[in-house]
Amino acid sequence: MDERITLDYGSGGIKTSELIESLLVPAFDNPELSRLGDGAVLEGNEKLVFSTDSFVVSPWKFPGGDIGKLAVCGTVNDLCMAGGTPKYLSLSFLLEEGFPIPDLKSIVSSIAEEAEKAGVLVVTGDTKVVEAGKGDSVYINTAGIGFQRAALPGKEAIRPGDAVIVSGSIGCHGAAVMMARSGIPGAESPLLSDCRPLHLVSAAALDAALPSSVRILRDPTRGGVATALNEFTEGLPFSIELDETALPIDPAVEAACDMLGLDPLYCACEGRMLAVCDPKSTERILSAIRDVPGGEHAVQIGTVTDDMPGKVLLRTTIGGRRILSKLNGIQLPRIC
Amino acid sequence: MLCDSYFKNPKDVPILLEKIERNTKLTGPVCLMEICGTHTMAIARSGIKSILPDNVTLLSGPGCPVCVTPASMIDMILDLSQRPGFLIASYGDLLRVPGSVQGDSLLKRRAAGGKTMSVYSPIDALQIAEKHPDLEVIFLGIGFETTAPGTAACILEAASREISNFSVLSMLKRTEPAIRSLIESPDFAVDGFLCPGHVAAIIGADGFKFLPSDYRLPGVVSGFEPADLLGSILELTGMLAQKAPSLKNEYTRLVRPGGNPAALSMINRVFIPCPSNWRGLGDIDGSGYMIRPEYARWDAGKKFALSPPEPKEMPGCRCAQVIRGVLPPSGCPLFRKVCSPDNPVGPCMVSGEGACSAAWQYE
Repeated sequence: MDERITLDYGSGGIKTSELIESLLVPAFDNPELSRLGDGAVLEGNEKLVFSTDSFVVSPWKFPGGDIGKLAVCGTVNDLCMAGGTPKYLSLSFLLEEGFPIPDLKSIVSSIAEEAEKAGVLVVTGDTKVVEAGKGDSVYINTAGIGFQRAALPGKEAIRPGDAVIVSGSIGCHGAAVMMARSGIPGAESPLLSDCRPLHLVSAAALDAALPSSVRILRDPTRGGVATALNEFTEGLPFSIELDETALPIDPAVEAACDMLGLDPLYCACEGRMLAVCDPKSTERILSAIRDVPGGEHAVQIGTVTDDMPGKVLLRTTIGGRRILSKLNGIQLPRIC
Repeated sequence: MLCDSYFKNPKDVPILLEKIERNTKLTGPVCLMEICGTHTMAIARSGIKSILPDNVTLLSGPGCPVCVTPASMIDMILDLSQRPGFLIASYGDLLRVPGSVQGDSLLKRRAAGGKTMSVYSPIDALQIAEKHPDLEVIFLGIGFETTAPGTAACILEAASREISNFSVLSMLKRTEPAIRSLIESPDFAVDGFLCPGHVAAIIGADGFKFLPSDYRLPGVVSGFEPADLLGSILELTGMLAQKAPSLKNEYTRLVRPGGNPAALSMINRVFIPCPSNWRGLGDIDGSGYMIRPEYARWDAGKKFALSPPEPKEMPGCRCAQVIRGVLPPSGCPLFRKVCSPDNPVGPCMVSGEGACSAAWQYE
């Protein structure tokens, strides 16, 4: 293969076949993909969950992961949060002319590694190439299918007294990417993205909980924990009160956020699960999550109340209280 | 020395609150003003207002340099960003600030083909200029005395390396003239000031001595963690209770009486004070920094003959009174009708933690 992607690789001709047959098919090695049909034919009699996500992160490689790992985790986690067990993925690349093929190989290998960890098969895909200057190196879309593990009643079932749980420390992905993007020396600090598949964490929670006591699951990606929780409370007759002293925030994330003028509560997580559940199941769920990789630091961070319906509140370390609103637009570093 | 973690998570909050309450029994209701955007943010983030005694009111003064930049100036920058061959390099917070047309911002212009880049330091902008000799890179020099030394250093660097496609549009502001102008306004009713720790790190705690000496007002140079703020509020109420106004420095772990001489000399080499217009407050003498004539080649205003735009305020905007604490946000005719966090008109709504933005969320 060449050193760099040329328009020929998206032509549908010889170069496209070369890319598929020598790079993609061997990496994901499964009979359904190897057939190279126009689509995959899949087995299954169960209720399905289905989701899709597109990935445009810059830089494409960041501390703790890359766009490939993110493309698997993002869709896998969406399936898990919908109560599913992830099974199959589609994979589409949009490559910019000139993108180094060794970099593409490294992305493909992290996709393969992460798919294996998450127990999903990449069964169909596509590759397109855009002219130099018309894309930002590499974009990926994945769609995923899973089998339903549990039917979740959704936010309407949330009641005052319910517990809000998070599976680990918050804001790591957003802070790590912002540090990498800033070019500030020290970006090689121990700050790593939390990007990881949540299939074990969500399965542990769903299996441990009493019937219908998990109201809703969500992975707090863009907009972070504060925005995800606002999506639960919006327009409904309850509020969520978080306890700042209980929030698991890595000191490196806190330092990065202090430096960049960001708030960890609004920084994306790519490997964390938020759950709202009946208080009777809280301890069972927490201890089940803590037993699986990625859930060791699970903790209750808040409680559902009827204090200020529709709002998310934070009880601060000094005992004050403030409203956490949804993220307004993109998070911009502040100087003042 | 106490470490930052103590100031972030003080164990003695109840004691501090009790002492503040004891002081305010002697003073009656007090109204304190912070004049730093980071203080405003820190106060909001820690929820201090919700635990202070009812008779302590905290007001947010014109402490956010981005928010007080006049709309007409933003209009000019928006147009510059769409000139072919120009690239605007800016701190992130300016990207969303609207010009005189609601919703019009650098972010919006970028979507329409304008060239804008968010940077963390003016030196980043200088490096972009070096890498792209075909582009005219204009750095938006904004901020108080805190960002002025870095901007000055960058202009000196550009001059010494003869980088000719780089310039700075100076909108830098000086705090003292603005505070004096507030105090001298007819309806001024603030009892004491939380002085900005970062500005004081540059100009020195002594830079705020004019508060007690010229106006008999107490001031405390404060840090930004909850214990800093509560400790400073305690000092202020204590001075008010004893009717003994002076200037105290709570932020001794960073601020010296005389400030940072190296940074001050950098500012003086490159800038001279000039009149400046503040969104919501109008023209204030000596409240801005302009680039000295010997560095005119790096002064975007001179280089591109940008004429200072005639400031125009949105009719009906009452930010000037809200900033001075004489009018609640709900008293402004635009509040909630045309002015909202999504579509801000004045500085108190532009800033995420400005008085109007906070009121919009809480009330």
